Amino acid sequence: MAEKVNQTQNFLKGIVKENPVFVMLLGMCPTLGVTSSAFNGLGMGVATLFVLLMSNIVVSLVKSQIPSKVRIPAFIIIIASFVTIVEMVLEAFVPFLYEQLGIFIPLIVVNCLILGRAEAFASKNNILSSILDALGMGLGFVVALTLLGATREILGSGSLFGLKFVPEDANTFILFILPPGAFIALAYLTVLFNKISIKTT
Amino acid sequence: MSKKKDTFINMVVSLFVITIISGFSLGFVNDLTLEPKAKAKLEKKVNALKLVLPTFDNNPVEDVLLIQVENIKVSVEVYPAYQSNEFVGAAIIGSTEKGFSGLIKIMVGFKPDGTIQNIAVLEQKETPGLGTKMKDEKFLAQFRDKNPASYNLKVTKDGGEVDALTGATITSRAFGEAVQMAFDEFVKNNGSLIRLKN
Repeated sequence: MAEKVNQTQNFLKGIVKENPVFVMLLGMCPTLGVTSSAFNGLGMGVATLFVLLMSNIVVSLVKSQIPSKVRIPAFIIIIASFVTIVEMVLEAFVPFLYEQLGIFIPLIVVNCLILGRAEAFASKNNILSSILDALGMGLGFVVALTLLGATREILGSGSLFGLKFVPEDANTFILFILPPGAFIALAYLTVLFNKISIKTT
Repeated sequence: MSKKKDTFINMVVSLFVITIISGFSLGFVNDLTLEPKAKAKLEKKVNALKLVLPTFDNNPVEDVLLIQVENIKVSVEVYPAYQSNEFVGAAIIGSTEKGFSGLIKIMVGFKPDGTIQNIAVLEQKETPGLGTKMKDEKFLAQFRDKNPASYNLKVTKDGGEVDALTGATITSRAFGEAVQMAFDEFVKNNGSLIRLKN
């Protein structure tokens, strides 16, 4: 893997060209599950970003020490450790977010975005590229989740980050807060995102 | 930087080392967060108590009474409140399994005569946007300063006096039931609570 990777390109690809949610459609479970509000989406995105960054760093550091037959269990242990750390820290210091995200925090372990990056990128590249890759991909995930959460919150409860802009008893599209709304909103956002990103490149 | 060979001993050693390191680091973080975690939980409880009780100067969390109830597995928690050694009310955790998605747990604060001071929702899994509106001021206001002895906690559809939430009758019913349960416990234990401090 001696080829020189263009680091800026490496960082930016995660946000637009290979956006994990809108282009690669990875990590759909938390994407659909927790984005009932912009704040939840942001929280989940940041938690995932942290796990992705740490696991990419560690995997990239120990890659030469792991026999390839056991690499997947080794990666999973590394990822699961960081997820558990995130879970404990959230419960201790941000109990509000911990309650909102609930079961989806332990489920970060099986988010294929993280294992995918560890397997496809970090285990073949040096630490600097791995960090940039994780930051790019993680930010792409944060942006996508926040965007999806914001869309659903605006349509579903008439508020943004908890700030209401419709009267208390106004009728909103409750559908968008419910699970089916997640699929609908995700589909339309994906279309929009791809349309715009194809036009600009 | 050549990869290690896939020999048996290599695989065992590398997995062993990774699990050992992750085990120790998790234990370390767990020790670090143990205290803040307990504190956060306690704080949540105290905040709910402050919300539902009149002003008090004792520590209800320390004075908690656990009461065993026949048809419920877990014991009911009763938090008595005192202001300069005089009984000013009690907060009781009422719960029901009959919510639209199972468990609803609420904390009901009573004045000594059984009038409801305030209600706080502790745990619920109701439908967002419909059942979760039971946390809203508009719904909770119906219960304030009402005495369940004379105020029927059933929804109007069932002959009670509570206006059900739109689209969430089951939630409203369950909510009323949980309040009723808390009230029943309050009536049963009222005497012992007043005597406790004297």
